[in-house]
Amino acid sequence: MSDLGSAPVPPVGADDHARGAGAETLIVYADLGCPHCARDWFELNKSGRRIVFRHFPVRSKHPRAPELHGAAEAAGLQGAFFEFVDSLYADRGHVDDPHLWQRVERFGLDLDRFERDRRSDAIAARVRRDFESGIRAGVTGTPALFDADGARASA
Amino acid sequence: MIAVGDKAPDFTLRNQDGDEVSLADYQGRKVLIVFYPMDFSPVCSDQLSIYHEVKPELTEKGVELVGISIDHPWAHKAFQEKLGIDTTLLADFEPKGEVAKAYGSWFDAGFANRTLVLVDEDGSVAWTYESPSPGEFPGANVIFDALG
Repeated sequence: MSDLGSAPVPPVGADDHARGAGAETLIVYADLGCPHCARDWFELNKSGRRIVFRHFPVRSKHPRAPELHGAAEAAGLQGAFFEFVDSLYADRGHVDDPHLWQRVERFGLDLDRFERDRRSDAIAARVRRDFESGIRAGVTGTPALFDADGARASA
Repeated sequence: MIAVGDKAPDFTLRNQDGDEVSLADYQGRKVLIVFYPMDFSPVCSDQLSIYHEVKPELTEKGVELVGISIDHPWAHKAFQEKLGIDTTLLADFEPKGEVAKAYGSWFDAGFANRTLVLVDEDGSVAWTYESPSPGEFPGANVIFDALG
């Protein structure tokens, strides 16, 4: 069982999901079922900063969130993490399994592999790792923003 | 707010199913009492949702999680179902806020202040936390810091 006591946000690592080449980095703890995250996501990505996405699904607030985070990770294994995240935030009304499969087809991904991966223990652990780091950093809602040094940031 | 080391005042309240629950029922176990303003409010929803996500880790540390607000058991039941959580919610309904007042967790606007009280195995207050305002809640990390 993990220690969930206070700890700084982990530094950005090679296996983080990062996009953009801005000089400044913005670490975003986000829930793929969260309307506030969807509202802010595209603006954050226009800010010129490098965006690092970290998973923070809260099932009781957004029951589909864990499945969506698993799906995004599975798409990421096929090189389409941010395409998947963008598509989920852009169309929040279509997030059931058939809609996920449509995205897989649209992005040219291997559906069998996607289905296998998104429910794997490895992906669940990867998502939980981000979630726990957010808990330890004191995240209480999403989106929660930090700079590369771990200080709270703003949009 | 009640002081660390004080004997935690016993109480008997109805839970979300209408069953009576007493603090004494938790004798021999640690219990974290979460006083919160009211069911269905946005901040209370976030708080109980986040704490629900770390319940396995709390259980691992031998801690039972209990929420207390002024709401009626029926409201608690609906709130619990809306969030899909199984945290015990107790109704400090009548006399309104009596338990919150006994713990010094009353906010003078008609509801409990957002406070946490950790009661240890022998019924003594082991740790407390009072939010700066009812609109903010402490992250779960604060609880785990207290548990060590």
